[in-house]
Amino acid sequence: MKADEITWVKPPKFGVMDHIYLPAILSGLATTLTHMGQTLLGTGENTTQQFPEQRPKLADNYRGVHRLNRDEEGRVKCVACYMCSTACPAHCIDIVAAPSPWPDREKYPEVFVIDELRCIYCGMCEQACPVDAIELTTLYDLVGLSREEMIFNKEKLLSVFDQTVAMGTDPIRTNKGRLGVASEPAQSGITDSSSMQS
Amino acid sequence: MSLEFSLLITLIMIVALLGSLNGVVAYLILVERKISAWVQDRVGPNRAFFGILQPIADGVKLLLKEEVIPKGVDKVFYMIAPAIALFTAFLALAVVPFGATSPSPVLVDYREGTASHGFAVWPSTQVEYDAVIEADRNHAEVTKSLSFKEKIKQYNDTTNFLIAPHVDIGILFVFSVGSLAVYGVILGGWSSNNKYSLLGSLRSSAQLISYEIPLGLSVLGVVLVTGSLNLERIIQYQIEHGWNVLFQPLAMVLFATSIFAECNRLPFDLPESEQELVGGYHTEYSSMKFALFLFGEYTHMITTSFVMMTLFFGGWHLPFVTKPDDFSYLGMGLKFSVIVGKMLSFIVFYMLIRWTILRFRFDQLMDLAWKVMLPISLCAFTVLLLLVHFQPIGEGSLWLMSPFSLFILLGAGFIGVKVRNGPTKSEVVYIGHGTGYSLQRGNKVLLKNTGK
Repeated sequence: MKADEITWVKPPKFGVMDHIYLPAILSGLATTLTHMGQTLLGTGENTTQQFPEQRPKLADNYRGVHRLNRDEEGRVKCVACYMCSTACPAHCIDIVAAPSPWPDREKYPEVFVIDELRCIYCGMCEQACPVDAIELTTLYDLVGLSREEMIFNKEKLLSVFDQTVAMGTDPIRTNKGRLGVASEPAQSGITDSSSMQS
Repeated sequence: MSLEFSLLITLIMIVALLGSLNGVVAYLILVERKISAWVQDRVGPNRAFFGILQPIADGVKLLLKEEVIPKGVDKVFYMIAPAIALFTAFLALAVVPFGATSPSPVLVDYREGTASHGFAVWPSTQVEYDAVIEADRNHAEVTKSLSFKEKIKQYNDTTNFLIAPHVDIGILFVFSVGSLAVYGVILGGWSSNNKYSLLGSLRSSAQLISYEIPLGLSVLGVVLVTGSLNLERIIQYQIEHGWNVLFQPLAMVLFATSIFAECNRLPFDLPESEQELVGGYHTEYSSMKFALFLFGEYTHMITTSFVMMTLFFGGWHLPFVTKPDDFSYLGMGLKFSVIVGKMLSFIVFYMLIRWTILRFRFDQLMDLAWKVMLPISLCAFTVLLLLVHFQPIGEGSLWLMSPFSLFILLGAGFIGVKVRNGPTKSEVVYIGHGTGYSLQRGNKVLLKNTGK
């Protein structure tokens, strides 16, 4: 590098008033006292939320407790395809499939167990499900008195669904309110295997 | 109340005093948490009647917590260290007034009637010297001739808002006993089997002993004009002549800075800074012993606040509110509230400063003590001596100290600016580029002035 390409940067000069520290301390005290006065009078930005009197406002896609959705006729929507179980990084979903009693699907989950304590609430199961059967709700204050109590089976997961629908807090949210393609019944005119011809 | 000396009453008083002191310390912790919260735009502990029961909860927690004694510690010193820290803190509080004493103390002024009445200085002629010796001898004989019973009666007949009244070496006692608190810190760090605790305690002890010198020197001015180390006499002097902060503001500032360092409070917080050394010398201490260290720190804060208010702000004197000769219950109660109110306001100031100033680095801290505060306090004391001796404008010469303090401060600022910026060179020789030499002070490498 040539000498004229270098720019020497000096730190700002410390004046007399800076050296005796006191003016800076006094202006700092003014800031501190201003904040204290604002908090006491209630005019400042008080950042404390008084839980449990005030509840937090959660985003719509907050990942809380799981639920199994029902379709319009009240049947469990899950088809026991094992995609959520495979996608789960914590291996907390256990499914046992059985032939479905209803005509429009092959299988249904006889046993569907999620261990809520092992779950890391990542939402991969929600992303993986092709029929929008499993969802994570906005319930965050989940407590239990024993480890066994926190292993949710199918009935409990469905009851979560019933509760949240009754409360109105969690509508079906996947794909902006519409369900995925796999949830819809097969269109007429298209056979099992997709083909190039219409 | 003219009671005989009663062991029971004495013990009850001891327990009551210690208990109330501990209670005040516990609630100071709550005050600190609340004030820290308000400064940071949040609310502090506000459950249980706005946090009033919080210190009690803290106390219960500390009592019931498990006492962990690490393996490999030096058992004796490990146990003694927090005890020493707390013991010295409480002992220093014994001579500090937290109210008035009756009757009012008499200022010893041997030059009464002469032209320089107003400064309590030593006699300078043989006649005056003889009068001094005579007065001292009389005083000593009077007090020696009293029997124990008479002394107790005298003690009980007067009302003293002091744990140990009439101690003539007041300030000296406070400073010397407070210095012993360094032992608690050193032993605490040494006995924990932990390198970082040791480093923290060494830094803390270096800081504490460095700041004891400006602490003493800044107070010398007050002691000089009062003529006594007795804290009650200093209050009496300020009632007659005006608060000391009006005459010696620089001494007040120096004293305030030194007591921040003595209590290990921010901005001199490095030895116990949580972000740097985990806990410093009290890392390895759990429940009650840790609590004792904390109690010691807060008791030091209380003691130094009282001393500050006594030395510079008039103690229990408020111009139109408290009357010096009023010893009724109302008068004494008023004086008690005045001095406690002043003390609490200074403690709030302690806590506000914590969140105002950045923490000093250790070398900056030591620079401040040895290179800045020691010369300034010596200079201020010299100026005060000259003023008191020569008295350029007669009676009110002491008022000159106030503007002189400002000149000393500004002078120190100028010297600091000169020292920091170093000698200016206009034409220097360039010896090479890209070599990475810095522009630090004291570096002998000369660089070409590029004109930028």
